Amino acid sequence: MNDDLLLSVRGAGKRFMQGNRLRWACRDVSFDLYPGEVLAVVGESGSGKSTLLRLLAARLACDEGSVHYDVRDEAGTAAAASAAGEAGLVDLAQLSEARLRWLARTDWGFVEQHARDGLRMNVSGGANIGERMMALGSRHYGKLRGQALSWMERVELDVDRIDDLPGTYSGGMQQRLQIARNLVTHPRLVFMDEPTTGLDVSVQARLLDLLRELVDQLQLAAVIVTHDLAVARLLAHRMLVMKDGQVVEQGLTDRVLDDPQHAYTQLLVSSVLTP
Amino acid sequence: MTALLETTQLSKTFTLHGRGGLELPVFSGIDLKVVAGECLALTGHSGSGKSSLLRCLYGNYGASAGEVRVFHDGQWVSLSNAAPREVLDVRRRTLGYVSQFLRVIPRVSTLDIVAEPLRRLGVAADAARAEAAQWLARLNLHERLWHLPPATFSGGEQQRVNIAHGLIGGQPVLLLDEPTASLDADNRRIVMELIRAARTRGAAIVGIFHDDEVREAVASRCFDVEQHHPSH
Amino acid sequence: MMDDNYNFGFLDERTKKMIRRAMLKAVAIPGYQVPFGSREMPFAYGWGTGGVQVTASVIGRDDVLKVIDQGADDTTNAVNIRRFFARTTGVTTTEKTAQASIIQTRHRIPETALEEGQVIVFQVPMPEPLFRLEPRRRETITMHALAEYGLMNVKLYEDIAQLGAISRTYDYPVLVNERYLTSPSPIPKFDNPKMHMNPALQLFGAGREKRIYAIPPYTAVRSLDFEDHPFEVQRWDHACALCGAADSFLDEMIVDDEGSRLFVCSDSDYCGERRDAGYCGTQQAVHMPVNLLPLPLGEGRGEGREEGPRAEALAPTLSQKEREVIQ
Repeated sequence: MNDDLLLSVRGAGKRFMQGNRLRWACRDVSFDLYPGEVLAVVGESGSGKSTLLRLLAARLACDEGSVHYDVRDEAGTAAAASAAGEAGLVDLAQLSEARLRWLARTDWGFVEQHARDGLRMNVSGGANIGERMMALGSRHYGKLRGQALSWMERVELDVDRIDDLPGTYSGGMQQRLQIARNLVTHPRLVFMDEPTTGLDVSVQARLLDLLRELVDQLQLAAVIVTHDLAVARLLAHRMLVMKDGQVVEQGLTDRVLDDPQHAYTQLLVSSVLTP
Repeated sequence: MTALLETTQLSKTFTLHGRGGLELPVFSGIDLKVVAGECLALTGHSGSGKSSLLRCLYGNYGASAGEVRVFHDGQWVSLSNAAPREVLDVRRRTLGYVSQFLRVIPRVSTLDIVAEPLRRLGVAADAARAEAAQWLARLNLHERLWHLPPATFSGGEQQRVNIAHGLIGGQPVLLLDEPTASLDADNRRIVMELIRAARTRGAAIVGIFHDDEVREAVASRCFDVEQHHPSH
Repeated sequence: MMDDNYNFGFLDERTKKMIRRAMLKAVAIPGYQVPFGSREMPFAYGWGTGGVQVTASVIGRDDVLKVIDQGADDTTNAVNIRRFFARTTGVTTTEKTAQASIIQTRHRIPETALEEGQVIVFQVPMPEPLFRLEPRRRETITMHALAEYGLMNVKLYEDIAQLGAISRTYDYPVLVNERYLTSPSPIPKFDNPKMHMNPALQLFGAGREKRIYAIPPYTAVRSLDFEDHPFEVQRWDHACALCGAADSFLDEMIVDDEGSRLFVCSDSDYCGERRDAGYCGTQQAVHMPVNLLPLPLGEGRGEGREEGPRAEALAPTLSQKEREVIQ
């Protein structure tokens, strides 16, 4: 229980101008995330869940509140702790763009909804997986290739396809390639935006299986945005339910799904079709 | 004898917002104390809230009022107020649960489902599966079923997978929801033995036993949930 | 004789000042592309306007200018640019590398080692080494600012994966001063090692793209590679047919229909110097039969042409009449 806090969000909010009206895409979101915890952010279109994800991953700046992360420096030690003697959490808004980009390439992963947005489509699968290592200075072709092969095995991709372009992969394979590409640097926190949406049901099942195993084996913390409650139940320890930019309910996944308190959560849960 | 599970004035009321805020009270003012080695059977007619109480004890349902406490890691943890990861830690090491219906994860084999609680405790994959195999064999589940996902199993087979999954972790507190409901006489007897063995090793058990025979064989005392319905 | 209708060096003094400021910044930040106000020159983009503007800004009355194009002083472009400067500055021009104080070059570095005090000006078509991988300027500016060059390594990895070796043989990307990824201009990779710790000042001008960059004397310049696929220069199995040099970059000229090749030093000055010193090559073309050449029809059968079976092999593509002619 003494794990260091990984991500701390306090009153995070983001607003947009629409015409001459101000609209809060998400507002007043607060939670803490610890290593190995998976948090599902659930809501329908327009709930603000994708905006929240982008705030957490520092792709958007908070207009209100803050997002703090336990940043480690290149040597793997807590940067803030050594610099300021605090608890180790650093406000993402204080980090330079260079640092944020480095963070996004090393300690974080981001799995996009459409694999094409998260992959380089014009280089081979192996190059996609090896890119982060090359960006960090890895310069041995043989070792890079070896790592790519082992990660392809781990995400159940046919290793014979290492030199094939991602465009020749199926949707499910592209997603798995995206996951491998993100995990090579052993990130502690992975953001996923609707990772299984749009895939065939059997492909979804296989991918969810893989994600469950990886989260378990690698002790990943993850924030998964999804509108599919079944995905939340399967993968997440905790849930955040969002409606119109606000968090209406949060807690243990099985508690929120089996004993929903808020009106909207009850509506969501009762609306799900079961075959 | 040490108490391992306690409740203080535990109450549960469902509020159905979809029905204009209709309130369904289930039970109120429940004070429980379960000690190591005893098996408390929850009694009451169908719909009286036995399952709901059990789920409250597990943290699966929230408490409307009152508190659930579990003795975990040498101290009392309030399940009602704990952070999700604390609740999960309690469930992993201290509080086991056999649900009424098996929740099936697609594509995962029976053996892996049963081995999972051990994996979460840090046991290596092979050792966990080996032990899972022993439990399944004890529960008369044929070996050819072990590598299949249990989605297509019969009710009785699924229930036995559930029981193995719930008991394999050896937690000191166990919650059992109708563990013998779909089982034939032979398998019922095996489960009764498992429950008695758990009591012997010092587990505190709270269970719902539809079958009078089973209840009489395993329970050390009873608790009538119906008494605590707010209408009383 | 300098033409008095033009300012010295063609450009007005204010423009030269602007370009010199850009060059100072470029020298201060080796390998970094400095934008500059590229002027309209009396010849089109793509013909060396950037290089000429750089030369025009540094050239003084006492300078000695050499201009080469693909290593030769006597090709059209070299001749024209040399004449341009003769007309607008009146400076002495030369074809000898060792005598020049400024050398403007298109796509080659002279074989003769440069010395302190010399300036070499490169003509650059595309100053951005990442252009083919990332065409968006905004992205490449960020990548250079943050030294995020993983993309280039990805490209090299991809080459090895698909082709077995890095495919770039010219304009091979280099890391200058261990900081900026730079395009050395389309010089053959054979010339890349010359850039490293060169005693001369290396200036680069891209007129159309409006960028200037520089590599000051004695700066580290490293060609990108992998530890297990190290950077290698081209090698030939032959020596220069004219002077016998085995260590220079050779041009390969096909001299007849049989595919015979003449290998000659690309650097005309270097070759000439060696010949003046008494070195001599084979003076002969190298016969290199290539089996995929089409059969010559009618007369003109040279050596090495196979009879019979070869005609049959090609038969399906020949008409009846053509086959009769061969037979």
